[in-house]
Amino acid sequence: MKLDPLQKQLLLEIADIEGVPQGAFNIRKDGELLQRSTNADVDIVSKTDKSGIDIYIRENAPFQRIDIPVIITKTGVTDLVYNDFHIGAGADVLIVAGCGIHNPGCDTAQHDGIHTFNVGEGAKVKYVEKHYGQGDGNGKRILNPTTVINMAKDSYLEMETVQIKGVDSTDRKTSATLDSGATLIIHEKIMTHGKQAALTDFSVDLNGDGAACHVVSRSVAKDNSHQVFNSIVNGNAKCSGHTECDAIIMDDATVSAIPRINANNVDAELIHEAAIGKIAGDQLIKLMTLGLTEKQAEEQIVNGFLK
Amino acid sequence: MLELKNLCYSVESGGEVKHIINNVSLKIDEKFVALTGPNGGGKSTLAKLIMGIIKPTSGQIIFDGQDITDLSVTERANLGIGFAFQQPVRFKGITVSDIINMASGRTLKVSEVCAYLSEVGLCAREYVNREINASLSGGELKRIEIASVMARGVKLSLFDEPEAGIDLWSFSSLIKVFEKLRDILGGSLIIISHQERILNIADRIIVIANGQIERDGTPDQVMDRILVSSACKVLDDKKGV
Repeated sequence: MKLDPLQKQLLLEIADIEGVPQGAFNIRKDGELLQRSTNADVDIVSKTDKSGIDIYIRENAPFQRIDIPVIITKTGVTDLVYNDFHIGAGADVLIVAGCGIHNPGCDTAQHDGIHTFNVGEGAKVKYVEKHYGQGDGNGKRILNPTTVINMAKDSYLEMETVQIKGVDSTDRKTSATLDSGATLIIHEKIMTHGKQAALTDFSVDLNGDGAACHVVSRSVAKDNSHQVFNSIVNGNAKCSGHTECDAIIMDDATVSAIPRINANNVDAELIHEAAIGKIAGDQLIKLMTLGLTEKQAEEQIVNGFLK
Repeated sequence: MLELKNLCYSVESGGEVKHIINNVSLKIDEKFVALTGPNGGGKSTLAKLIMGIIKPTSGQIIFDGQDITDLSVTERANLGIGFAFQQPVRFKGITVSDIINMASGRTLKVSEVCAYLSEVGLCAREYVNREINASLSGGELKRIEIASVMARGVKLSLFDEPEAGIDLWSFSSLIKVFEKLRDILGGSLIIISHQERILNIADRIIVIANGQIERDGTPDQVMDRILVSSACKVLDDKKGV
């Protein structure tokens, strides 16, 4: 696999990949397949009716990592891709996805990834998604990820989604349905700056007894950026659901948090929490008493918050 | 080392000027100085003025011969002043080891972080990677706060009521911490305290009341009078009942 230094840097940013990944992988560059590798437990097949891939993970596959990064290095590229994960019952996988955009020109570079997870009974999945943008041009860097999660009985999925830098606009939609005994944990971390906008939408249906979800979002909005956090958890059975949005607001940024919980069953236990505020003055002073400047203290607080 | 010259701090409340610190002058060169006195007397305000968290209305603060009255908190910290808050601050995401590292100004080995935590009676391995958030009790936070000031190892360390929020069982070990600090720290400790056992191990006790120095001397010179006046206050209170 031949990569230039820029491509290598983007892969490192979004997936900590240096060189060729160890396990199964599919690397997409500027709307086309760059390289793919499969093994006895993981098969990756290109879709024939639309852009994208099907990833099949064998039943009871032992733990392994699958990398499916996307990099965009040209201006004016609009990439729409459908990735469907079929995770066999009892399998144990770590899936690292993400998109890095380097837009050197004036036209918009956009990647809309639609990821569907069909998680088999008792399967265990960790899904890590990281979004990153850079580039000197005036062209916008837009990422609109959609994630659809269907969880069978007693399955477990943990999703970590991170967007820290350089994405001008993002509209992130995540929906999930959980069967009995399934557990979904989502940790979202977002930082926006400049005039960026980030819209997040979570919708979770807890359909089976014993289903549980924790949807936790931590974000920092700087400069003139704008963030909206929407979350809906529907408790349709004897289940437990928790949604939390915690945001630090700075400068002239704006943040809206709209958590909603719907109990459609008398045994549903649902909690929502939302907090938005600037960095507390006493936090800054404490770190300044340790010798940090106000700016350094602010950076430490923000970095810790999003760690 | 530290000199306060005619230090005043006033606030306006309901159209009236209230003198929180009223013309305090003192010199501190001792290793272990306790500030005590009634609640609301101005002790914490005095400590905050020394650290630069609040600015005096008038007067001067001299540290190691340098006028630091107009310096910021950061500048004073870098000159060698440390401060342990009475009510430690909580952070989401910042861990115990992060704060100890920031305090020491370098990245410490885990064993070094553990050594500081052990000094304040915390089972180190359980705490190193814990966030300094609402999951920690008040007592745990106080110990971490004290450990962070120990890790700084500066010339002048201020502790604002370190015993507050610490349970009785832990209190005796806290006394040992301060005795040890006096021995290992090259500089001075100023501790705001109401605890007789802490006052007894001080080289000097300064009683602050109504924003002024009411008494100043060695424990032998000051303690009897403090105890007598406390006893009188209890009797007065009973008479009032």
